[in-house]
Amino acid sequence: MQTKPMPFGLDKTTIVILALLALVPLQSFVYDLFMMKVFCFAIFAMSLNLLLGYTGLLSFGHAAFFGSAAYVTSHVVKEWGLTPELGLLVGVSVSAGLGYVFGSLAIRRQGIYFAMITLALAQVIYFLATQLPFTNGEDGIQGVPRGALFGVIDLTDSTPMYYFSLAVFALAFLLIRRIVNSPFGQVLKSIRENEPRAISLGFDVDRYKLVAFVLSAGFAGLAGGLKAYVLQLASLSDVHWHTSGEVVLMTILGGIGTLWGPVAGAAIVVNLNNYLANLGGWSTITMGVIFVVCVLAFRRGIVGEIAHRLKIKL
Amino acid sequence: MFELLGITPQSLVAQLLIGLINGSFYALLSLGLAVIFGLLNVINFTHGAQYMLGAMLTWIGLNELGNWLGIEDGFQISYFVMLLIAPLLVGAFSIVLEKTMLKRLYHLDHLYGLLLTFGCALVIEGLFRHWYGVLGESYPVPEMLEGGLRVSGLYLPYYRLWVVALALIVCFGTWYFIERTKLGSMLRAGTENPKLLQAFGVNVPLMITLTYGAGCALAAFAGVLAAPIYQVTAVMGSNLIIVVFAVVVIGGMGSIAGSIVTGLALGVIEGLTKVFYPEASSVSIFVIMILVLLFKPAGLFGKVR
Repeated sequence: MQTKPMPFGLDKTTIVILALLALVPLQSFVYDLFMMKVFCFAIFAMSLNLLLGYTGLLSFGHAAFFGSAAYVTSHVVKEWGLTPELGLLVGVSVSAGLGYVFGSLAIRRQGIYFAMITLALAQVIYFLATQLPFTNGEDGIQGVPRGALFGVIDLTDSTPMYYFSLAVFALAFLLIRRIVNSPFGQVLKSIRENEPRAISLGFDVDRYKLVAFVLSAGFAGLAGGLKAYVLQLASLSDVHWHTSGEVVLMTILGGIGTLWGPVAGAAIVVNLNNYLANLGGWSTITMGVIFVVCVLAFRRGIVGEIAHRLKIKL
Repeated sequence: MFELLGITPQSLVAQLLIGLINGSFYALLSLGLAVIFGLLNVINFTHGAQYMLGAMLTWIGLNELGNWLGIEDGFQISYFVMLLIAPLLVGAFSIVLEKTMLKRLYHLDHLYGLLLTFGCALVIEGLFRHWYGVLGESYPVPEMLEGGLRVSGLYLPYYRLWVVALALIVCFGTWYFIERTKLGSMLRAGTENPKLLQAFGVNVPLMITLTYGAGCALAAFAGVLAAPIYQVTAVMGSNLIIVVFAVVVIGGMGSIAGSIVTGLALGVIEGLTKVFYPEASSVSIFVIMILVLLFKPAGLFGKVR
């Protein structure tokens, strides 16, 4: 049942969803800002999914990449006056570099240790963020200017900023799908399914894992940088382990190893957080309960479950 | 020589003692994690919350329980009673947790156990944050252990010596139980090959449940010990557990004695960093973890897996 491939690997579902998303600023039921936040966390969750869903590696320290890119992007845009696209580029480079360091250390151990190492390394970044002068400690970097894209398109207003976020999101989504469906992605999946066999087939598994880790960290950085523009803020909560846990939750809730799962998970969790933000302990409790329910009874996640029922790939 | 560096022997000894205390907590917690991991193949993320529960229960026993029961004249459960009750309560609670939830995940990837216990930790921590906020409550040092020892300009509080001594005794006791008794040998056999052990007629599922309860009780015991030293808060466990994870990565979970020694040693090293280079003290254990990963990736006492 081979169909003719469309340009950029677009398919009908993707086109419809992206087109619907493009209509959001024209109505008033869904807030632009809310959707922009969803885009950021969707990219973040997709980056984690690249590791967890397609390579079988659980990083419990992804907030380190998200947060450090948010800080760096905010700093270079606010203090050095870089344009938004350059700011993002710097943020992504820093987080990818950090990903290389973390990755080279963490892949030295397997399975459960991998998660613990990434968590511990991320805590180092958290401590650095509390100590380094440019992060402003508890206050964070506030009032990050959105600036003008390529020095031409002013992003201060919410509508141009919305389309910019949507474009970044769409780009990230298509890129990640390209990676997953490439021969490289197939090797990652084989590592997930059976690492010893992948080794015996002659693949340098550690190098594949490291590249996947760096890519994932880069996308997490993209999410963090974009978030710095959207909320105009980089703060300690971006690098806190809580954020690392949240992104794992988004991925699991939406569906590990599905393309749209992390997007759906991000939308739901961001929505929940909006409602529960002012209720102190309750947001933590809700998050915990969802975790427990997902792990015990709902391991395919929402999108995974739908895909399974309809016997399609999403 | 120390004067040259601007460090007095007094402050050195004081920090060494603090280091030993932190080390005792690391040892108790990583010991529990290692025992649980050995048999259940689960990294117990709830460990920090169970430690917090131990401290919280102790505080509640002293300050709240009287009011709850409606007894006017200051009904209190003392520290020493709590040292016994809190681990039992937390152990029982953990057994329920294992029976109802954790048990269903043994046939799956280890990651799910980590995620489930992470979720449980969030729920427990969130509940106590909801009830008591994040501001710390302080717990008085029990009267019997007030004061301290004065030795040539040094002041060693009795309570801290008590904590170190008790923690060492419990650690040694656990080691002895696992490595030198009949029941312990079954536990080790279960770690090695549960199916074969079951074929010999040992009730392995029961053993797993009890082991989980005991490991978590150890965490609660550490929590009771910690109550008079640190502020009792809902988040006291989550900050500690990440450091303990690093300790576990450094030591490797293959050996009981290994986790005890690693925990104590890292506490002392952290204490010494506080004397010589205070800025780095909070990351010293993580830096050691990085060095160990670079030069001995399997961990100091670990087998390659």
